[in-house]
Amino acid sequence: MSCSCHDQDPLIPQIAVIKEVRVDTHDVTTFKIVDSFGKKPFEFLPGQCAMISIPPIGEAIFSITSSPTQEEYIECSIKKCGTVTDYLHELEPGSEVGVRGPYGNNFPVEDLKNKDLLFIGGGIGLAPLRSVINYVMDNREDFGVVDIVYGARTPGDLVHSNDIFDVWPKEKETAVHLTVDNVSKNWNGHVGFVPNFVKTLNFDNNKIALVCGPPIMIKYTLQALEEMGFKKEQVYTTLELKMKCGIGKCGRCNIGDKYVCKDGPVFRCDEITELPNEY
Amino acid sequence: MKKILKTKLPELWQKISTDFDLFLPIEKNKTLNFSLWKDGEKVNLDKVRTTTSSKHLVFPQTETYLKFKNQNNKLSLKAVKAIGDEYVIFGVRPCDVKSFKLLDNIFLREPVDTYYREHRDRGTIISLACTNPEDTCFCSSFGIDASSAPLGADVAAWDVGDSYIWKPQSEKGQKLMDSTKELFTDIDEKDIQNLEKEKSNIQEKLEDLPFNNIDLSKIKGTQQEIFDKEEIWNEFSERCLACGTCSYLCPTCHCYDLQDYKGNNHGEKFRCWDSCMSSDFTLMAHGNPRTTQMQRLRQRFMHKLVYYPKNHKGDYSCVGCGRCVDRCPVHIDIVKIIKKLGGENNEL
Ligand SMILES: Cc1cc2nc3c(=O)[nH]c(=O)nc-3n(C[C@H](O)[C@H](O)[C@H](O)COP(=O)(O)OP(=O)(O)OC[C@H]3O[C@@H](n4cnc5c(N)ncnc54)[C@H](O)[C@@H]3O)c2cc1C
Ligand code: SF4
Ligand code: SF4
Ligand code: FES
Repeated sequence: MSCSCHDQDPLIPQIAVIKEVRVDTHDVTTFKIVDSFGKKPFEFLPGQCAMISIPPIGEAIFSITSSPTQEEYIECSIKKCGTVTDYLHELEPGSEVGVRGPYGNNFPVEDLKNKDLLFIGGGIGLAPLRSVINYVMDNREDFGVVDIVYGARTPGDLVHSNDIFDVWPKEKETAVHLTVDNVSKNWNGHVGFVPNFVKTLNFDNNKIALVCGPPIMIKYTLQALEEMGFKKEQVYTTLELKMKCGIGKCGRCNIGDKYVCKDGPVFRCDEITELPNEY
Repeated sequence: MKKILKTKLPELWQKISTDFDLFLPIEKNKTLNFSLWKDGEKVNLDKVRTTTSSKHLVFPQTETYLKFKNQNNKLSLKAVKAIGDEYVIFGVRPCDVKSFKLLDNIFLREPVDTYYREHRDRGTIISLACTNPEDTCFCSSFGIDASSAPLGADVAAWDVGDSYIWKPQSEKGQKLMDSTKELFTDIDEKDIQNLEKEKSNIQEKLEDLPFNNIDLSKIKGTQQEIFDKEEIWNEFSERCLACGTCSYLCPTCHCYDLQDYKGNNHGEKFRCWDSCMSSDFTLMAHGNPRTTQMQRLRQRFMHKLVYYPKNHKGDYSCVGCGRCVDRCPVHIDIVKIIKKLGGENNEL
């Protein structure tokens, strides 16, 4: 997918403005981003990413967490974990950043039509899934039953709490199943790791599963799904590798004959088994 | 085809350099590299291998692509155009000519790298057949003919003793020859014979090269099977210094880094060559998928010999130029790796 910013080199960012900042947890903040005319910076599909830069601090890639159906802005949910992300967390509405994209492939929403969907997210991994979930909610008639399984370290680490507690559970034929790793005073829900939790929920294995989270969570969740009788062709996940160019040229995210930035980050699990185990 | 006497070369360089930046193999501090020619430079067209390749002309070692100002989180961004005048490069060996094609596969596929394309479009490439191939050359393993007129050269040239024969192969090449025609003379029957003799001389020398019999088709197995040959990868990586020399000298390595440079209240974003041999190449917030030098060395060779061919109709990402064979400080060379992967039990 190529960059939509003018007729320029795909490495050149455009100026964008942070329109709103919403603190989700102690280390995750969601940023609403518009272009310098106050409009959505570019069109994209669910699962695609944006490269955000703050010169001279640097540049990093983030999944777009808003739905493509949202016409006013894009949103990214960003975890504070290093140079660029630390700086981003200092920014206030009105601050300008560089943005380029969209990069990468997308979850195949067309192929998911009329299917029952099982979303499984871990931590900040809910970010790209939220884009698909909200897309599905905005086209609710086109899709079957939706189950959303989501886990985080503690209740305080659950992101997009408005969606998971107040919005999604009220949608028709939609259930949200939450779990946390560690017990806390204000939690009556499930406690335990996501992969085990998924197994206890006894889903039909005729659904399409979409999984995103930290590598270790993905690994065990895919195993769990396999045990539950899901075929690899029914499961989509994302891979995360270091990225710089975002367009399949700098070589950084090369794994096997694929470039995660260009051929991914979304992969159907039967494609992943053909890749060397380096993720 | 036309020919030019070697004694006329200074005049030719003068003539070309009035209209173009002229790049020639020039010797400085005992190192031969393609550099901008100025009167009085020491040109060496006899040694086949320059230390670095000609890739820096189309893919500079560092290149600014954006200038910015960032004051109180108000940004101004200005794309920097790829800079440089039209240039002519003379003396590119057939292996290096092929390397441009291999880089095109990466940089000119969608989305096109416009900087690379600019550099590429500005150049007129004149190849030169390899009168004296080196012991560490193995271009023939990649179907490259060092005696020939390589595809992709705008003009092909041969050294035939007291003169060079030039054969235009593109519009650009023809234009260049038209603009310098007073220095060239027509060729006769004798020159054709000389050219054929030169070609067969080169062929003979190529056949005698120690690495002439490298057979890549012996590398068998799936991607995963070759990846899994850990004894081989371990054996080689044990002494790899991760110095990156192999990647920087290689005409086909294209990995790069993007970095910001900060001045007082302005700055630049630039890109520069990088190497999958270095430990922070794939370092991420949640860890590094390649923590050992074995994994990193394996990546470089898997990419050249397995992944790239899978994506590019069987073309390898190596042209057998022999630079890494010559220059790796600890003699890890791609020829030994190809042989080992091909089942030979050669000495390391
Ligand atoms: C497809 C994709 C989608 C993504 N989506 C999201 C998303 O939606 N939200 C999100 O928050 N993140 C997302 N990420 C991850 C995000 O891109 C990275 O976390 C981000 O690059 C961190 O940038 P940084 O500059 O803040 O961290 P960096 O400073 O680059 O590095 C983070 C950590 O790496 C280590 N490190 C870095 N350099 C060195 C060094 N030289 N030596 C030793 N250690 C070092 C340090 O421990 C540092 O804390 C995504 C990544 C990918 C590939
Ligand atoms: S030149 Fe040799 S030692 Fe240096 S990184 Fe390459 S293989 Fe390793
Ligand atoms: S891998 Fe070595 S021999 Fe092959 S093109 Fe690169 S430098 Fe030349
Ligand atoms: S990020 Fe550069 S190749 Fe993928």
